[in-house]
Amino acid sequence: MAIPRLLADAEKGNEILEAVVIRFVGDSGDGMQLTGTQFTDTSAMFGNDVATFPNYPSEIRAPQGSLYGVSGFQVHIGSIEVSTPGDNVDLLVAMNPAGLKTNLYAVKPGHTIIVDTDSFSKKNLEKAKYDSNPLEDGSLENYRVIEVEMTSLTKEALKDIEGIDNKSITRSKNMFALGMVYWMYHRSPEYTIDFLNKKFRTQPLIAEANTKVLNAGYYFAETLELIPNSYTIAPAKMEPGTYRIILGNTATAWGFLAAAEKSGLELFLGSYPITPATDILHELVKHKHFGVKAFQAEDEIAGITSAIGAAFAGDLAITTTSGPGLALKTEALGLAMMIELPLVVVNVQRGGPSTGLPTKTEQSDLLQALYGRNGESPVIVIAASTPANCFEYAYQASKLALEHMTPVILLTDGYIANGSAPWKIKTVAEMPEIRNNKVTGNGEEWHAYDRDEETLARSWAVPGTKGFEHRIGGLEKDQVTGNVSYVPENHEFMTKIRAEKIKRVENYIPDLTTEFAGEGDVLVIGWGGTYGALHTAVKQLQEEGVDTIGFAHFNYINPLPKNTEAILGKFKKIVVCELNNGQFAKVLRIHFSRFEFLQFNKIQGLPFGNDELIQKFKQLLPK
Amino acid sequence: MMETTTEEKYMFKDFVSDQEVRWCPGCDDYVILRSLQKALPEMGVRKEDVVFISGIGCSSRFPYYMDAYGMHGIHGRAPAIATGVKLANPDLSVWVITGDGDSMAIGGNHFIHVLRRNMDLNIILFNNEIYGLTKGQFSPTSLVGQKTKSSPYGNTQPPFLPGELAIGAQARFFARIGGNMPKEMTQIFIEAEKFKGTALIEVLQNCVIFNNGCFSKYTDKTVRDDQQLFIEHGKPMLFGKDREKGLVLNGLKLEVATIGENGVTQEDILVHDAKEQDPTLHQMLVRLEYPLVTGIIRSFVDVTLGEREDALTAQVKADSEFTKTDDLFFSGETYVVK
Ligand SMILES: Cc1ncc(C[n+]2csc(CCOP(=O)(O)OP(=O)(O)O)c2C)c(N)n1
Ligand code: SF4
Ligand SMILES: [Mg+2]
Repeated sequence: MAIPRLLADAEKGNEILEAVVIRFVGDSGDGMQLTGTQFTDTSAMFGNDVATFPNYPSEIRAPQGSLYGVSGFQVHIGSIEVSTPGDNVDLLVAMNPAGLKTNLYAVKPGHTIIVDTDSFSKKNLEKAKYDSNPLEDGSLENYRVIEVEMTSLTKEALKDIEGIDNKSITRSKNMFALGMVYWMYHRSPEYTIDFLNKKFRTQPLIAEANTKVLNAGYYFAETLELIPNSYTIAPAKMEPGTYRIILGNTATAWGFLAAAEKSGLELFLGSYPITPATDILHELVKHKHFGVKAFQAEDEIAGITSAIGAAFAGDLAITTTSGPGLALKTEALGLAMMIELPLVVVNVQRGGPSTGLPTKTEQSDLLQALYGRNGESPVIVIAASTPANCFEYAYQASKLALEHMTPVILLTDGYIANGSAPWKIKTVAEMPEIRNNKVTGNGEEWHAYDRDEETLARSWAVPGTKGFEHRIGGLEKDQVTGNVSYVPENHEFMTKIRAEKIKRVENYIPDLTTEFAGEGDVLVIGWGGTYGALHTAVKQLQEEGVDTIGFAHFNYINPLPKNTEAILGKFKKIVVCELNNGQFAKVLRIHFSRFEFLQFNKIQGLPFGNDELIQKFKQLLPK
Repeated sequence: MMETTTEEKYMFKDFVSDQEVRWCPGCDDYVILRSLQKALPEMGVRKEDVVFISGIGCSSRFPYYMDAYGMHGIHGRAPAIATGVKLANPDLSVWVITGDGDSMAIGGNHFIHVLRRNMDLNIILFNNEIYGLTKGQFSPTSLVGQKTKSSPYGNTQPPFLPGELAIGAQARFFARIGGNMPKEMTQIFIEAEKFKGTALIEVLQNCVIFNNGCFSKYTDKTVRDDQQLFIEHGKPMLFGKDREKGLVLNGLKLEVATIGENGVTQEDILVHDAKEQDPTLHQMLVRLEYPLVTGIIRSFVDVTLGEREDALTAQVKADSEFTKTDDLFFSGETYVVK
């Protein structure tokens, strides 16, 4: 992200900033996710644009104070558009030495670190593998360090509350930190107080204690001379409407709920837990009241095959997984393609290959999604690009599957799935219509592979419909009767018609658009979850006066938008940026061999950083 | 079991599809097909509500020959596909068609889990102790020493006993029947459909090409009466040409006793209780080598997955503040930008 510029020194001690990145870090038990979420929600309600990213330890109960037990939550808030959780941070709140040690690299020089000095005990320093106390050895000279005895101050604030145990007291120190940060950024603690009262409705003592500590932190910051400044971040210009902060995986789940309601079908999910896709299962199992049938199967194969069964029986059927799980679903996906049933397969990509980097993000399952099946077996492949638009693309995946009678693979990734951002809430009424191909009539003269002339989709006769009894299966079928056929010409015909059916989907998807320059020197190409980073970098260059760089981001990958070639032809250089070793670049080379596709790839399990993108793009731009 | 009864009266031929049956002449698969086509009109189900789901194998071609809804799936996965069908539409009568390799080798995982869950499904296991479709390799039920294309010197892997595995995986209904006993088979199919829960029927199916005669010592007409005990719920476990032999319990072992010998009377013979929850005796019956026990060995009525799910869904619906997704989307922490 762009380094926030100082706009004006409105009043002494108060700076007005366009955007700021804050990271809360501490032990798994320190409540950092809650603290971060509260700051995010409060800022969003204030009108800021926000983007967040959590960083959990992979161990479930890592030893207290250890380096690998650090839990973090980063939030980027702005009065300007905010598209990523940000790279480097303006403020680090470190609740223990391990948190400081593992996150110091991200703090911009000269910027602020708040630490709980009480936690910098000899024992904790040792656990964090510090040889000397960083608060004393001068190693933090380049930062503005605010040392606060947070644990003691929390205890002090609660000394008058009777009947509260020690553990609850220390556990509320995150509220002290949050109170301080609220004061620093001119945020009212009211929203959080409300939240605490609701959350601890049945434990009024805990609610009271947390509120007390939150206020104590707030007033402590106000009176503290150590904090010379507070900062104002004005509301951002956002489209009017009702918003909520939504996680990518929740948005995906909700997109399916909306699609089921709109199409009038019941939603069936067959799934087997796998990081980082499991939260979609966690979300959908809650919604039995909408008739959602969420089935946790014995493995990924049963996840997809149960969904195929449900699709056969007339449900909107989906299965959710991540890379290794998609590999297991391969054979069944081929069956769904062959029997031409509607099915959505969500792959929340993570670092591969094999078990790879389960908790990190990557875009390396693209070729698996496109080609990872036996035989000629094309399916629709689309990708969401932000936490909020996971909703739109889950909806769209359902619509395409139902209207074109085909499996659709929806790619998201760990980065957008676990990130959150404001979502302008959509009502089901404002979503596009979803048709389905269910049969009508009495079944005379009907064959299972009769096709719609426009889309080539076959019709959908579900068990229970009188007169349409029929058999489908993985063996090749006669193009007319739908019976098993080994006739050579028929197989070739059917192979081509299945390919043509997917190709024709290009007539039903939006054109590719460019942002910033529509023609010129450099076209930046991305797909999926890298949208925020690429958009932010190109925008910064444009703001710096470069007006010959354009940006085209793909959400539709198979088939590609019809106007893709036309857009490629408008730029002198094309650079395809991906978090893999060049998979989409390969695909584009297959389709558009007359262009040269330069690549910018990162394969570290991490999102793109702004600086590396800017640097790369500058190299490509004319001097 | 289907609640819906039909106005229409079906005949055997209503379930015969227009596809030419392609099994080898003499294969027991024909017997199973005809028995089921005969059983279906007796079940009171509507034809459009009947669904056959199979995996891959000779046996798994079965759905093509049935005029009903059907899916020829992928190898081993039929129980999972069927689970999805039944969860999507609980009103359907769903039948899984599988072979010994399909269900207990590649599909072993789905097989045990479908039994554990106890959905209201029927599973017909065509056990021919061989891989038929791939032309004669040993299967998980092939005997030690059995010579097959992939065990030319004799099979070294000990077999599963399907009933033992199934009851171990909590099968509530298990029946075993010879592939040459269409009358009894038809009756068992009807009972399986009536049973609420997963009903597993193992058919001892002769493969004339790759494992001919594998069950003859039990199933041949000449030896059948002496080697097989066809049991029925509530009846004494008697067998033999003159029903002179029966099973008694001696300590922890089943033994064959002859009425009139050693003071054994009709009263000493065990009476079959298929509905007993405790599977101990059912397991002993499954494992018995002489006589081979056939018929409905276990039929214990238990809560089905569907019943559990329905109850839970009704409860959640009653407690929920949401009726439309909009209610959910606008619930909780939202804010307005003007
Ligand atoms: C994934 C996969 N692996 C292997 C096969 C090959 N194959 C088809 S049927 C079969 C064995 C079938 O044996 P069984 O289930 O006993 O059925 P039967 O033919 O004896 O009725 C095998 C190995 C396949 N079709 N798919
Ligand atoms: S190979 Fe065996 S099981 Fe297969 S059809 Fe022929 S006889 Fe039947
Ligand atoms: Mg077999």
